[in-house]
Amino acid sequence: MLGKLSLSAIPFDVPILVGTFIGVAVIGIAVLGLVTYFGKWGYLWREWLTSVDHKKLGVMYIILAIVMLFRGFADAIMMRTQLALAYAGNPGYLPPHHYDQIFSAHGTIMIFFMAMAFMTGLMNVVVPLQIGARDVAFPFLNSLSFYMTLVSAVLINISLFIGEFAQAGWLVYPPLSEMQFSPGVGVDYYIWAVQLSGVGTLLTGVNFFTTIVKMRAPGMGWMHMPIFTWTAFCTTVLILVSFPVLTVTLGMLSLDRYLGMHFFTNDGGGNVMLYLSMIWTWGHPEVYILILPAFGVFSEVTSTFSRKPLFGYNTMVYATCSIMVLSFVVWVHHFFTMGAGANVNTFFGIMTMVIAVPTGVKIFNWLFTMYKGRVEFTAPMYWTIGFMITFSIGGMTGVMMAMPAADWILHNSLFLIAHFHNVIIGGVYFGYIAGMGFWFPKSFGFKLNEAWGKRAFWCWFIGFYLAFVPLYILGLEGMTRRMNHYDNPDWYPWLLVAEAGAIVIALGIVCQLTQLYVSIRDRNLPENLDLTGDPWNGRTLEWAVSSPPPHYNFAVIPDVHGIDSFHTEKQLGRRGYNKPLEPIHMPKNTSAGFFVGVFSFLLGFGSIWYIWWLAALGLVGIAATVILRSANRDIDYYVPVSEISHDEEAYSRRIAAAQAAE
Amino acid sequence: MAHEATMSPHGHAADHGEHHHESPVVFGFWLYLMTDCILFGSIFAAFAVLRNQFAGGPSGKELFDLTNVGIETAILLFSSITYGFASLSAAAKNKTMLLVWLAVTFVLGLSFVGLEVSEFSHMIAEGNGPDRSAFLSAFFTLVGTHGLHVTCGLIWMVVLMVQVLGPQGLSQRMISKLTCLSLFWHFLDIVWICVFSFVYLAGVM
Repeated sequence: MLGKLSLSAIPFDVPILVGTFIGVAVIGIAVLGLVTYFGKWGYLWREWLTSVDHKKLGVMYIILAIVMLFRGFADAIMMRTQLALAYAGNPGYLPPHHYDQIFSAHGTIMIFFMAMAFMTGLMNVVVPLQIGARDVAFPFLNSLSFYMTLVSAVLINISLFIGEFAQAGWLVYPPLSEMQFSPGVGVDYYIWAVQLSGVGTLLTGVNFFTTIVKMRAPGMGWMHMPIFTWTAFCTTVLILVSFPVLTVTLGMLSLDRYLGMHFFTNDGGGNVMLYLSMIWTWGHPEVYILILPAFGVFSEVTSTFSRKPLFGYNTMVYATCSIMVLSFVVWVHHFFTMGAGANVNTFFGIMTMVIAVPTGVKIFNWLFTMYKGRVEFTAPMYWTIGFMITFSIGGMTGVMMAMPAADWILHNSLFLIAHFHNVIIGGVYFGYIAGMGFWFPKSFGFKLNEAWGKRAFWCWFIGFYLAFVPLYILGLEGMTRRMNHYDNPDWYPWLLVAEAGAIVIALGIVCQLTQLYVSIRDRNLPENLDLTGDPWNGRTLEWAVSSPPPHYNFAVIPDVHGIDSFHTEKQLGRRGYNKPLEPIHMPKNTSAGFFVGVFSFLLGFGSIWYIWWLAALGLVGIAATVILRSANRDIDYYVPVSEISHDEEAYSRRIAAAQAAE
Repeated sequence: MAHEATMSPHGHAADHGEHHHESPVVFGFWLYLMTDCILFGSIFAAFAVLRNQFAGGPSGKELFDLTNVGIETAILLFSSITYGFASLSAAAKNKTMLLVWLAVTFVLGLSFVGLEVSEFSHMIAEGNGPDRSAFLSAFFTLVGTHGLHVTCGLIWMVVLMVQVLGPQGLSQRMISKLTCLSLFWHFLDIVWICVFSFVYLAGVM
């Protein structure tokens, strides 16, 4: 009846997990209690959970990403603490079985549920506004994608308290992840969480590709698109091409595990290196899926706060597209040590080094954008400058490892760990936080607190170097990744420094939370309110509407005549539109995405625990919800002109108030 | 899944001068098909790597019955033609003929799946199931994934037939859905031609 599930699956004997569970339960009950106390369930359901509005889905994605950041960071600081203790006979406080789950969960959560969710959130908030569209091409699919991501995140976190998580690393390499060596449910949690969220990501890719190709405002040619939209576009291409490979690879691993097949097993003719080759065919583009939108954020932030058009718009586009293409011909550099032979390794080594060229072009473009600009040092600009320094260092260590000969020494050492944290924290994370600060006023109508934002930046920046420079040194000293304890006295001091770095980063996260709290508390102060919808003197279309924008985004779809069209219009003293208002065709909210999410959860949970009736129920539920949705004819409506003109008048009054205040 | 409420760039109320732009639904579905193509491509790649890993078990030459596969192929190719007639009937707004041709396509598709299931069960009964060798794992996964797609297409076909009879009739939204299924069905045909050539023919040669 309950498959493999029994009471013994609940880890009562691990005090850390019991404590975490109590903490999560208390916070969860408090949140649910508050929502009930203030009677907000109806509001939450109607305005958020069933919403198909890209702006609200974007906000929900980012909230999910921030919650997952806490989880992923908790894992990180636990690992650092373990290694600061587990020296010379001291076993530390995390037994290997638990420690292995933590490093696997840290990577999985940070990539799939922190970074991917954050990236998708930013794309949702920004892209339709930047291209002058009223929503994405398929608003219901957008809601569905969100729920697939959300339930996968729930699934992976449930593994903390029911059963266990994978102990085979964040990419669950076989043969370790095969039934023979991982008979528990950990790898199955991994597979189902990643597969379900992968479906969501793939649909997001289809959705945003279609949106950008088909729904740009009239006059907006390809070479007029804002750079963030360009990077989002290249990211969707990478998603469309690479995610099916991930689906197939993990599908084959599940067939090995569930049906005893022999794709990647040691026996029966299986081929382990096939898994590595396939997973990195997805995995390397995935890195660029994450970093390209961050590059887009930096481009928008640099040009806005330098008060100049972006230097080298065309080269920026070409560089982005070259990176997009090149990202598919470098995957073997993740396993040079496989022994594919000198010729193969040389090819992939050179291709990897070539990627540094377009990336370098971008760095110079940002520098030249700042050159002779009147740079305004806001918090997003801090993150951007911090990124340029940090990412350049990370890029150079990457080129070092692109040399197969050097990689044979550095492979799987802490040098590698330092390298990819260098580019992912210094590139992806700094970028997303810069983007969050930059577009926060657009979503909520008030700015984030600058002082706390800068404090957060300094903690992250200094903390990053403290935590990861020691890892470079440790890697060169021969320390490998995923080590639970050690007895080399040379390593000990560096691991203490790294622990200190993790604590400084923790302070950075505390500053970010304080920033959110202070900003919400002081939201009505005149210097924080964004009445005009254009708090930064922006250049692109998202700043042409009120903050937060009306649910239909644009009262009248704007006409575009070039790059930074909104800025040009402002220079010419033209704001607004001179066309009559007309009723706007909009999609209705729907709960179908929510229910598909719930049923997907049942499918995943049932399959993980071999509770087949539950899995079947989930599958039938998904099919039934989709079929019912497809039969529903009441899916759209027209926003009447009276409502639009009412919104527009309120917006004009706010602009007038802002001008009077000046 | 792709036949849903969509946002068109100009809205319905905007200038009616531009009513010939392609529906984003069909465009989005094309994209989905391209990702599906990569999905099949990946399985083909895995098959190419594992095709000689018999682990002491039987090879394709000993297992495949080309007559049976030839019949399957003929049935599936013919079902593409009948779906083509269904599309023509839909374009002519002839609901009865549309349903007749969809029903014929459905029967053909179902016989294809039936033949495949009998082939599979026959092989498994003889001890040559997907857990026998890496070659058979890749074979069952590749052919099975195609069969699963055809099965989903059949379910989708029934849903659309019921919906055509319902209040949606032959609305523009319905025509989009029928176009998507048509693309899906023809796409599966093309994939099958690759399966037939690279798996069965190359396996027997």
